[in-house]
Amino acid sequence: MTIKPAIELRGISKSFGPVEANKDITIRVMPGTIHGIIGENGAGKSTLMSILYGFYRADSGEIFVDGKKISIPDSQAAIGVGIGMVFQHFKLVENFTVLENIVLGAESGALLSPSLNKARAELAALASEYELNVDPDSIIEDIGVGMQQRIEILKALYRKANILILDEPTGVLTPAEADQLFRILKRLREEGKTIILITHKLREIMDITDTVSVMRQGEMTATLETNETSPENLAELMVGRKVLLRVDKTPAKPKNPVLEIEDLNMFDDFGVQRLKNVNLSVRAGEILGIAGVAGNGQSELLEVLGGYQKADGTVKVKGSEIDLTTSVNGDGQARRAQGIAHVPEDRQREGLIMDFMAWENSVFGYHREKSNQANRFFMDNNAIRRETEGKMHRFDVRPPNPKLTAKNFSGGNQQKIVLAREIERDPDLLLVGQPTRGVDIGAIEFIHQQIVALRDRGKAILLISVELDEILSLSDKIAVMFDGKIMGERLPSETNEKELGLLMAGVAEQVAQ
Amino acid sequence: MIDFLTLLQVLDSSLRLATPLLLVCLAGLFSERAGIFDIGLEGKLLAAAFVSAAFAAITGSVWMGLLAGIFASILLSLLHGLASITLRGDQIISGVAINFLAAGLTVVAAQDLFGQGGRTPPLKSGGRFEPLSFPWASSSKEMSEAGPLMQLYSELLSGHSLLVYVALLTVPLSWFVLYKTRFGLRLRAVGENPAAVDTAGISVVGLRYAAVVIGGILCGIAGAYIATSLQANFTKDMSAGRGFIALAALIFAKWRPWYALAACLLFGFFFAVDNRFQNILLPAWSLSCILGVISIALLSYVWRKDYLDKVVLGGLALGVAVIAFMVVNSVWTTGITSQVKIPVVFIQSLPYVLTVVVLAGFVGRAIPPKAGGQPYVKER
Amino acid sequence: MDVMPKWVDIIVVPLFSLFLAAALSALLILAIGESPIAALNLMIEGTLFRSAGWGYMLYYTTNFIFTGLAVSVAFHAALFNIGGEGQAMIGGLGVALVCLFIPWPHWTLAIVGASIGAALFGMIWAGLPAYLQAKRGSHIVITTIMFNFIAAGVLNFFLVDVLKPAGSMDPASANFPASTHLPTFQDIAGIIGFEKAFRSAPANVSFFIALFACLATWYLIWRTPLGYEIRALGKSGPAARYAGVRPVKIIMIAMMISGALCGMMAINTTQGESERLILNFTEGAGFIGIAVALMGRSHPVGVLLAALLFGFLYQGGAELALWTKIPRELIVVIQALVILFTGALSLMVRAPLERFFISIQRARV
Repeated sequence: MTIKPAIELRGISKSFGPVEANKDITIRVMPGTIHGIIGENGAGKSTLMSILYGFYRADSGEIFVDGKKISIPDSQAAIGVGIGMVFQHFKLVENFTVLENIVLGAESGALLSPSLNKARAELAALASEYELNVDPDSIIEDIGVGMQQRIEILKALYRKANILILDEPTGVLTPAEADQLFRILKRLREEGKTIILITHKLREIMDITDTVSVMRQGEMTATLETNETSPENLAELMVGRKVLLRVDKTPAKPKNPVLEIEDLNMFDDFGVQRLKNVNLSVRAGEILGIAGVAGNGQSELLEVLGGYQKADGTVKVKGSEIDLTTSVNGDGQARRAQGIAHVPEDRQREGLIMDFMAWENSVFGYHREKSNQANRFFMDNNAIRRETEGKMHRFDVRPPNPKLTAKNFSGGNQQKIVLAREIERDPDLLLVGQPTRGVDIGAIEFIHQQIVALRDRGKAILLISVELDEILSLSDKIAVMFDGKIMGERLPSETNEKELGLLMAGVAEQVAQ
Repeated sequence: MIDFLTLLQVLDSSLRLATPLLLVCLAGLFSERAGIFDIGLEGKLLAAAFVSAAFAAITGSVWMGLLAGIFASILLSLLHGLASITLRGDQIISGVAINFLAAGLTVVAAQDLFGQGGRTPPLKSGGRFEPLSFPWASSSKEMSEAGPLMQLYSELLSGHSLLVYVALLTVPLSWFVLYKTRFGLRLRAVGENPAAVDTAGISVVGLRYAAVVIGGILCGIAGAYIATSLQANFTKDMSAGRGFIALAALIFAKWRPWYALAACLLFGFFFAVDNRFQNILLPAWSLSCILGVISIALLSYVWRKDYLDKVVLGGLALGVAVIAFMVVNSVWTTGITSQVKIPVVFIQSLPYVLTVVVLAGFVGRAIPPKAGGQPYVKER
Repeated sequence: MDVMPKWVDIIVVPLFSLFLAAALSALLILAIGESPIAALNLMIEGTLFRSAGWGYMLYYTTNFIFTGLAVSVAFHAALFNIGGEGQAMIGGLGVALVCLFIPWPHWTLAIVGASIGAALFGMIWAGLPAYLQAKRGSHIVITTIMFNFIAAGVLNFFLVDVLKPAGSMDPASANFPASTHLPTFQDIAGIIGFEKAFRSAPANVSFFIALFACLATWYLIWRTPLGYEIRALGKSGPAARYAGVRPVKIIMIAMMISGALCGMMAINTTQGESERLILNFTEGAGFIGIAVALMGRSHPVGVLLAALLFGFLYQGGAELALWTKIPRELIVVIQALVILFTGALSLMVRAPLERFFISIQRARV
């Protein structure tokens, strides 16, 4: 063995308080390869890479770069040994130009203009070498995410990075943009760069990596040659047991339409159109799943239906039209009174108040309803607490203590608190966004069962998820969103991932068929 | 109409009064551009004023006073840094605490050192910054006979304390540092997106401390100026809200150095006018016209707005209209061309009112640095 | 994750902060050349061992309860109301107008009218910055600071140009009619036969209104749906939006309640004590409310206790200034230190305590 690994980590451990994010991780990445690190959310992938980039310091363990043992106390040190990182959330100064962002931290002297001139020349060279064209004088906030990511890559290359770490790079990209990114990565590999790709998407690992490591609950469970493994094998390693790809459910028995959406249009605060002529209908006893890459209008659709975004168009619930025009940030309670319940996409940001106790959260959004009032003025806190305890038992929330603050529950239990609140209201229509994001596998099954059970009670459900598997296994009907439009509707039995993928990428219906 | 010399005298006084505002405003500019809100400018100004006056009084040297004042101000800056950068505390609360600390400690210390009811003794020459007389400048006696250019030269340009010129030079210097140097680029970046700076391998903490220390130095100079140039001793609460006016000027200036100069000169002018003229008279018709236009502008703005806008801004318009009516009413017998007295407090309040108008975004929206006020916590 | 038991957070942390502030103040007193022990004795004797001392202390406490509650209510909505001073000034104007221009038959009616006037004026003065925050996104800290200065201008204008009786040089309103004067603690004690108690002390019946305000605020924040919504918005804006809580409405209401409470401070100072409107009657109480709210952790019971503490400090500080060479401003320093330790440096105070409790938990496991 004469070739030394570009990166070698030995016995890396890192704890955040009582949580062990990384346990005794060992990994070797050979130069000029693309190495994938795959694992579920919270498996410890990002922590590991943040240690490599000097963002966190490991509690124990050793780092070798090109065979030399080094310590990486800060990002400066990481940059110094040729490591560059592209974070999931870009680290760009939005009101600076591209050039200023690239130069920031890698200036050649105390005065700015020589640095900028040097960077301008070098950027032109890099652009031609790697086919990464950018306009150095545009302002970051004026350019798209795909371009911003390209600038992050250029930032690393400008700093002479030989090892490039990309953390969930395709989360915000359309499939087309993702393909373009992968072409860039392959090109970089040809030029001898080493690339570490962190993702939770099996397809990306299979498509582009040479070797792959699997992480689970802070531990490295396997490192394999990509061409010697299969998606099923990797999935099993990720979750630790055979995954149930199918949810047990009987065929739907749809009845009358509950939700009817006609010509729904929405513009955000900046005047960008987020929903374009959306037409949808969900019937009682049916789950309509909406597939799509994140950021194509799904969140906005939920916000409009949930009553906290203005929109134009017609939305009927059980035949009666709901008012979309007058609400400035707050018809949520009126919507709930109309029988719409809503499990939001981000439970920590929206669905729960993390500093409120479980019982306070269990009436969140319904706190003004008669059943929760002791009299005209005051809430009936004792009754709410009793009621919450029952809900927590029925939904298997652990620990079932209504006086615990929400932040002290695990992700899955937090989601169950939200679900219990919304489902036990017995709504006519349930809006669900990303029901199992960041939820452990045991809770996923439970949550899926609850959603199916609600459907079987004859309720309408609108499900939004970026996980195609979840959409395919839960939905009775699938609609695909792209760029604020509904690209088409399919029955899960009559479609496949490939067709849905094309629709998600905005390829028109006739081409797909 | 007032004559040219009187105008020059008012402008001269504007410049004197604008100087501490300008220094403190630029102090706030560095701090806030780096993402650290600084409500404690007032406290630093006051502390520096006391310490410089005390040291100048004891040592007899104004330079010792200046250095000591700067030192005291930097100490408070570091306290603010400790609270808001290192310990990630609330920057507003820290600033409030620093203001009280300075207000209390200066009087306690002054009383203990000098026993004159919280004042320092008057500074003798040597303990003060004397006015610098430019060559060939006319003395104040010959001023009225000199030609207009000579008056301009002698009255407005010459005859200020050294620190006035220092403050004026700080403006281009700040501009240069912020926009033309590596440090400035990083400073502006850390106020917009500290994570970008951190991942680029630069210390967020170091940059922010540097920014608050620069702020401390500038506040220190400003404090020394008010105690050893503008006045010749320290008196209790002598900063008199200048720190807050500077904050207002900073917003008015949209966090830019040259705009800051303009804003401070404007605010200084208000104070000079306020000092110089006891009664400001305006023809009743022009005043009621101005008020009427404001009222109608507000009403037409809210015409298609929602309920709350109508209540608040409509109420405001009504209030302005009532005042306009009262103005007209007060001159009913003497005729609309007679003059009415503008209360001096109105001129005093003008900087704050203007700042609120700018903050409200009705005229030229002020967008603060994006990361301002939030402590930086690393996250993935 | 919660590291420490709740009682540590509620009781030990504020007391520890207070202890740090007291220790530093003691050093300062030593530096001046006085004895901290003697100073403390003097403060206690002058405040707690005389009924007049209590009368002064509770007078200050009344002010601080109002402003402390005001800052707390705003804190619950994650708003920093630094404009208590201005709201109290305008509240005082409301009190003066009500007392001077409405012929009240009896103080019991006058205090109702004055309370409404004070609350309404304070409410309006807080409502403008609230509106600018809610609808225009103007930072409420800055606008309320500006409104303090504008309020001072308005008060000055009214006292100099409008309310000043003809021939008077003093920038103050005329004396309020006798039928609006509030019974002081001395008057109340006199009724039940203790003529000598609370002699010439300014504490008056508005203290009981302040106590009632504590109770009402507690019910508002912890028992009503409105309080629930205020707390929800304060903890998480996006979540509040999701739950159908209208931010604009809640910001307006929370700030107007805050302003009303600040304004009501004036019934104590203006109607109860000076019995006319004067300049600077607020004496910084609006700012002390910040310290009180921080120390009392924005809970009405905590605010009451902290207000008592600051009432004690203010009266004790006056005693010190009278009998020693320690100036009154020492209290301002203590106040600054309390704000510093309970607010800005809270992590410094909490970190060692947290470490202590983690080690205890580890030891148990």
